[in-house]
Parts: sequence; C-alpha cells; structure tokens
Amino acid sequence: MKQPVIYEDDVVKGFITWSLVWGFVAVLLGVFISLQLAWPQLNLPPYLTYGRLRPIHTNAGIYGWGIGSFMAFFIYITQRLTKAPLWSPKLARFQLWLFNFTIVACAATLLAGMNRSKEYSEHEWPVAILVVILWVIFSINIIMTVIKRKEEQMYISLWYILATLVGVAVLYLVNNAAIPVSLTKSYSAYAGANDANVEWWFGHNAVAMVLTVPPLAIFYYYLPKSTGVPIYSHKMGVIAFWSLIFMYLWTGAHHLLWTPIPDWVQTLAMAFSVMLIAPSWASVFNGYFSMNGQWHQMRENHLVKFLIFGITFYGLQTLQGPSQAVRTFSAFIHYTDWVPGHVHMGTLGWVSLTLFAAIYYTLPRIYGTEIYSVPLVNLHFWLAVTGQLIFSITMWIAGVQQAAMLNATNPDGTLHYTFMETLVRLYPYWHGRAAGGIIYLASLLVFIYNIFRTISNAPSKSQTKTA
Amino acid sequence: MIEKRPVVLLLLATAAILVGTTITMIAPFRWINDQKLRIPGVKPYSVLQLEGRDIYIREGCNNCHTQTVRPLLADVERYGEYSKAGEFVYDQPFLWGSRRTGPDLARIGGKYPDAWHYKHMANPSSMVPETNMPSYAFLNRPLDTTLSERKMKALSYPYTQGDLDNLEGKSEMDAIVAYLQKLGNDIPWRAATAAETALENPFKSDPATISDGREIYSRQCAKCHGAKMEGGAGHSLLEEDYPDNKFFKIIHDGIKDAGMPQFGDSLSSDQIWKVTAFIQSRKAK
Ligand code: HEC
Ligand code: HEC
Ligand code: HEM
Ligand code: HEM
Repeated sequence: MKQPVIYEDDVVKGFITWSLVWGFVAVLLGVFISLQLAWPQLNLPPYLTYGRLRPIHTNAGIYGWGIGSFMAFFIYITQRLTKAPLWSPKLARFQLWLFNFTIVACAATLLAGMNRSKEYSEHEWPVAILVVILWVIFSINIIMTVIKRKEEQMYISLWYILATLVGVAVLYLVNNAAIPVSLTKSYSAYAGANDANVEWWFGHNAVAMVLTVPPLAIFYYYLPKSTGVPIYSHKMGVIAFWSLIFMYLWTGAHHLLWTPIPDWVQTLAMAFSVMLIAPSWASVFNGYFSMNGQWHQMRENHLVKFLIFGITFYGLQTLQGPSQAVRTFSAFIHYTDWVPGHVHMGTLGWVSLTLFAAIYYTLPRIYGTEIYSVPLVNLHFWLAVTGQLIFSITMWIAGVQQAAMLNATNPDGTLHYTFMETLVRLYPYWHGRAAGGIIYLASLLVFIYNIFRTISNAPSKSQTKTA
Repeated sequence: MIEKRPVVLLLLATAAILVGTTITMIAPFRWINDQKLRIPGVKPYSVLQLEGRDIYIREGCNNCHTQTVRPLLADVERYGEYSKAGEFVYDQPFLWGSRRTGPDLARIGGKYPDAWHYKHMANPSSMVPETNMPSYAFLNRPLDTTLSERKMKALSYPYTQGDLDNLEGKSEMDAIVAYLQKLGNDIPWRAATAAETALENPFKSDPATISDGREIYSRQCAKCHGAKMEGGAGHSLLEEDYPDNKFFKIIHDGIKDAGMPQFGDSLSSDQIWKVTAFIQSRKAK
C-alpha cells in the first residue's frame, strides 16, 4: 500500500510533442490561406488551392492540435485524479502511433481531393474508421483507469473527461454515416435539408465536445494547481456540467437560421443558445471567484495569466455566440468574415491559451526540470494575445462592413452595391488578419523554442518514472 | 453519489446528450423531405452533372460559396428566389456551406452562358478583375469516368447506357459547367421574371437619368465593354443601332452562348432602362 503509484508519463510527452507539431502545421496553413485570400496568385493548383487547404487547416487545428493535446492531458490528469496508473500503457503507445498515422492520412487524402465536404468531418470513410478505432482505444483506457481508481471521489475534471468520450463517439458515428462508392469516395447517407440538420447538430457539438468540454476539464484541473488554492465551488461546476451538456445538443440549427429547415428547429436552437450563457458563465465565474485574494498572481505567475485570459475569452465567446444565434443578428453577420473572428477568439484565445498553460505546467514536471525561460513565456503570451486580437478585431469590423454593404438598398428598392464592390473593400482587413496571424506564428516559434530548451535541459534520467 | 460511480455518470451523461439530439436532430426526419414538401420539377442529377458536383466537392468550392438563398430582401434581390427544402432532396451531401467569400451559387444555373463559365473558371480575374477566386484551368483534363455508373447506382439516380456513352471525350470542366448550369433551375423562377419587354423607355434622356445610367454602366458593363464603350470582352456598343426595347431585352435576358450575361436578376427594370438611355446618349455623339 505504501508503494508510490508509477504514472505512465512517456506517452504524455509523446502526445504533447506531436500535438505541438500539428498545432504548428495548423497555424502555418492558417497564415498561408489567409494570404491566399488576400493574394489569390498564391493558389497553386491543383493541390495547393484555398478550397483544398482550408479543410486541412481546420482539421489540423481541431484534431491535430486540439484532440492531440487533450489526449495528452486526459491521460496525465486521469492518473493524478484517480491516483492510479494508466490501465494500459501499451495501448496508449499504440494510440499515439495510430493518432499520428490518422492525422497524416487525413491531411494527405484531403490534399488529394478525397473529401466528403461535410465541415469538420471531411475525410473519407476509411480515415473515419481509423478515427473510430482510435477513439475506442482511448476511451477504454481512460474509463478502465477511472474504474480501477484508488481515489473514490471523482473531481469535476473527470466528469468533463468522461462526457467528452461519449459525446464525441455519438456525434461522430451519426454524422459519418455514408454510402461508399469506392475506397476514396462516398456519399452522405442523408439528403438535402436532413443532411444539413445532421451536419450542424454534429458541427456545433464538435465545438461543444471538442473545443469547450475538454478545455474546461483541463482548466478545472490546472487553475487550482497553478494558483495553489482550490476551485471556488465544486457544486457550481457540477450544476454547470449537467446543464451544459444537456443544452448544447439543442442548438445545432443556429448555423442554419433562415435556411429551409423547419422553423421550430431553428427557434429551439435560438432559445437554447441564449440559455447556454448560464452554464458557460458559471464556469467563468468559478474561475474568477477562485482568484479571490489571488489576483496578484496575474502578475507573478505566468500560468495564471494564460488561464485567466483563456477563461475570459471563453466568457466573451459564449456571449458572442448566443447573440449570433439570434435570427435578426444572424441575418446580418451569417456568411461574413465576422464568423472567422468568432471562431479564432475561441480557438486561439480560449483553447490555445489554456493548452499553453497546461503544457508549461506539465512538461517541466514530467521531465523533472524547470521551464527554460520565464521572460520567453511572457513574450509568447503577449505576442499570442496581440496576434489573436488583431485577427478577431479586423474580422469583426470586416464582417459588419460587408454585412452593411450587402444590405444597402437604393430608394427604388434595388441593391446599392454589387457583390464585388463589397469584396474589394475587404482586402485591407485580410491584410490585417494575415499580419495578426504572422504575429501569432511568431509567438508559437518562441513557445516551441522555449519548450525545446526546457526538454534539452532535463536530466537524462527523469525521476518520475521507472522507480 | 454520482461522484463515486463512473458508470452511472457515463449513462446519465449519454441520456442528457440524447434528449436534445432526439428532439432537434432525429425527430425532424419526420418532417424534412416530407412528401408534401416535394417539388415536382426537381430532378436528380445527370451523370455529367453528378461528376461535376463531385469535382465541386473535391475542389472545396463550398469553402467559399454557399448554395442556399435566404428569404431576406438582400439575398433574394442579389441571388434570386429563396431556396426551398424540396429543391435539395437529391443532394447527398448538401452543399449549403457556411461562408460567402464568393457569391451564393444556389441559382447560378442559367445566369450566364456556358462560354462565360469556361472563361471564368479557367481564369476568374479575366472576367472579374479583382476577384480572389483561384483559377481552375487545370480542369481542362479528361474526366475520369471509371466510377460514374457506380455513383449513379449508389444514389439510385436514373441513367441510360447512352448517358454513360456520352461522357466519352468530356473534360472535368465540361462536367462542372454542366453542374453549375443545373443549379436552382428546377423551379421556373427565372421565367417568372422575364417578359414585360415590349414597352417604351419610361425615362427621357435628361441629365439625371444619364448620370444614373452612367453609374450603372461603369459598375456592371465597363469591365467587358470598355470604360468608353470602346469594346473589350464584349465589342463596342457605339455602333449598334437598336431601338430601346431591343437593348432592354438583350440586357435583361443576356445573349446565351455569346458571353453576354443576363442582368434581369441583378438590375431592376428601371436600372436597365436608365443604362439603355445612357448607351443611346453616347451613340448620339
Ligand atoms: C477563395 C474563394 C473561392 C473559391 C475556392 C472558389 N470561388 Fe468561385 N468565386 C469567388 C469569388 C470571390 C467570386 C466573385 C467574383 C468572381 O466572379 O470571380 C466567385 C465567383 C464564382 C462564380 C460566379 C458567380 C456569380 O454569380 O457571378 C462561379 C460560378 C464560381 N465562382 C464557381 C466556383 C467553383 C465551381 C469553384 C470550385 C471549383 C469556386 N468557385 C471556388 C471565390 C471563390
Ligand atoms: C462578362 C462580360 C460582359 C458584361 C459584364 C456585359 N456584357 Fe454586354 N456583351 C458581352 C458579350 C461577350 C457580348 C456579345 C458578344 C459581342 O457581340 O461582342 C455582349 C453583347 C452586348 C450587347 C449586344 C451587342 C450587339 O452587337 O448585339 C449589348 C447591347 C450589351 N452587351 C450591353 C451590355 C450592358 C448594358 C451591360 C451592363 C449592364 C453589359 N453588356 C455587360 C459581354 C458582357
Ligand atoms: C494564427 C493562426 C491562424 C490563422 C492565420 C488562421 C486563418 C484562418 C483562415 C484564413 C480561415 C478561413 C476563414 C474564412 O472562411 O474566411 C480559417 C478558418 C478556420 N480556422 Fe483558422 N487560423 C489560425 C489558427 C487556427 C487554429 C489554431 C485553429 C484551431 C484550433 C483554427 C481553426 C479554424 C476553424 C475551425 C476555421 C473555420 C471557420 C469557419 O468555418 O468560419 N484556426 N482560419
Ligand atoms: C454558448 C456558446 C456558443 C454559442 C451559442 C455559439 C454560437 C455560434 C453560432 C450561432 C455560430 C454560427 C455563426 C454563423 O455562421 O452565422 C458559431 C460558429 C462557430 N463557433 Fe460558436 N458559439 C459558442 C461558443 C463557441 C466556443 C466556445 C467555440 C470554441 C472555439 C466556438 C467555435 C465556433 C466555430 C468553430 C464556429 C464556426 C462554424 C462554421 O461555420 O464552420 N463557439 N457559434
């Protein structure tokens, strides 16, 4: 009984490293496609066109960087919270290998034009099968670890982790149902408006189950770890948890407002989106209240800065999202550049800042060393936040401007601007966005350099394992 | 309680997820694509059109183009009749998209002649100078038809051996243009806006009309007919000796196959009359 638990951390190192690689690829491609929109000559047909690269960008971002690091931290956190070693380290090592193989297969097939066109699950069915295997392996390992746990109470992070596992599984299986024609071609099993409704039930809940619930699990674990004081209210976390996962599933149709799907589905989506403010902000307040008496740490503790800025962007995101889900506002900004502004506040602000904090906390610990340079951490922070704010703010202005121009009419009821007249006025904003992206890319280089130096400084035999 | 029971937690979480799923995703299957919403004129894709659609998907055109017109003033004025659920019953997958970096294409069919599309796809900026659409000249390669029959079977679309034989010698470009020309044309919305031509020009050549007409011309026509009507992609307009209503008809309906787009969707009758008055005034000089 006295023997210390030996945690499996090697595979955590592997997942962190590879998620960084894919995160870098995602941002690099993001910068490249943002330049393509501004300078179309940068399209190099047939492979390197905007139409083929944009899905690779989104998949590398959400799945390579997002899911990759969630896998790392779920494995790390679950072991700590259960005080039990990972159920099967062997399986986890296979999972890392399969994960990288799947991401490469996904990117390569999309580049070759094997594409189902359904946003966020574009890859063809053989790749989808790999994803399913990957997810099953991962889920079994985490769930078995939880079942064999040594700590009876399950901390709130574990709830979010378990919800992610079932949530992603349900969404993914339904939306990927397809009629295969060959190994490289299939058609959606659903038609027209039905397909649209299924796709956005999936699409929005990919946001929920991938870009909201897992970062929350990580946030709830690392905020107390970083500040050294417990989370303000476990109960509030629990209430927020149930209402969040209950309400999210009703809201997919807010991506389809004014389209030919039944009105009542749209109205329900609108109503539940607005109600989602409550559970979302419960987490934000839980974070803020945990900082009571600790706000000085914003200056002294670089991890806290990342986490609190992250949760603040999450808070803004969950106010902006519901307003976009209101019919009248949607009529205005839907389909415009406003939406990429929203998206990247979430992905670059909330998700990435939270992950950065988790990596800064975890890596030195599992390598048995200290972070190489705190000034570089601060530089990374400010460059990332600046780049992201430039990105989002230029896009919000661009979106509102284009929406206003598209809707402008003459006294006789005809339209005042042609489509092209609205487009040419977007170029300056697209240049600004690209600049923001490049700053963000620079921040990532600083980050990767710092991590690289940290790892190289580590003592060759790390103390945390093979005791 | 639940804090100590992971399996119960998993089951409850699944149940929580399934409530909204059942009501907003599964239940609507009963109403969407219902027989009552079917539109008789809506036809499945031909082999060539389906191949074009697959190229559209392969190239990710849906990352820049939507295919659904909302029942909102600016959408309907710009793109045409708003979209109806019944028009999409053969779309597997749907291609409504989520971003309009380029214009909506739900009603692109019949808007331009084929020739326009061939030129535009090969080099968009030759037709629309400041566009950021990539050029797709490489689509001039032969169409791969090895899967064509299996695709039609998978989707249960009707076809004949003759349809398959006709694919012989077609290029990918032929396929995508055939697809684009089908879009949005299954309901007779364009016919409804034609007609009403045999009228007199209600606008006289007063300075206000001419200046309005000039503005419309420089926005819509100059890129092809030249800033001074000296000609370009379309030829000079200075020599035509047409009556007003002939101009009206050409501008409203376009000249299919010659490359003159139709403006009946994007310009009001008043605007067409005004630009006509402007052209006539230039000729008088
Ligand atoms: C980078 C975004 C982008 C991509 C990718 C793209 N387009 Fe476009 N497209 C545009 C823009 C912008 C316009 C408006 C200016 C013009 O006509 O070129 C346009 C215009 C069009 C038009 C004319 C619409 C009209 O009403 O005048 C058609 C047809 C079209 N695109 C088809 C396609 C097809 C087919 C593909 C895929 C092979 C494609 N586009 C890919 C941006 C894009
Ligand atoms: C995309 C390029 C394009 C645009 C834009 C365009 N045209 Fe044309 N137009 C053509 C072409 C091509 C022809 C037919 C070929 C030819 O005869 O030169 C043509 C023919 C015509 C003709 C008939 C000429 C004849 O000899 O019979 C008229 C009149 C005309 N256009 C007026 C207009 C007006 C007015 C506008 C603006 C509202 C306009 N066009 C916009 C390309 C264009
Ligand atoms: C600085 C880095 C980045 C840049 C410059 C960038 C750029 C872009 C651009 C230009 C688009 C297309 C927008 C449009 O349709 O007009 C896009 C879309 C998108 N990006 Fe990024 N991106 C970056 C980082 C990321 C990261 C890290 C993620 C994910 C974690 C991500 C997720 C997405 C998603 C989900 C979309 C689709 C948005 C939509 O459908 O509206 N991006 N990005
Ligand atoms: C209460 C919470 C939220 C609500 C109600 C909400 C609502 C919305 C709405 C209505 C849209 C569609 C905009 C349009 O196309 O007109 C949208 C798009 C999007 N949101 Fe949110 N949002 C929320 C939180 C988030 C969070 C936390 C993220 C995390 C990154 C996020 C990521 C995205 C993405 C990626 C899209 C683009 C989807 C696409 O069009 O491809 N959202 N959101």
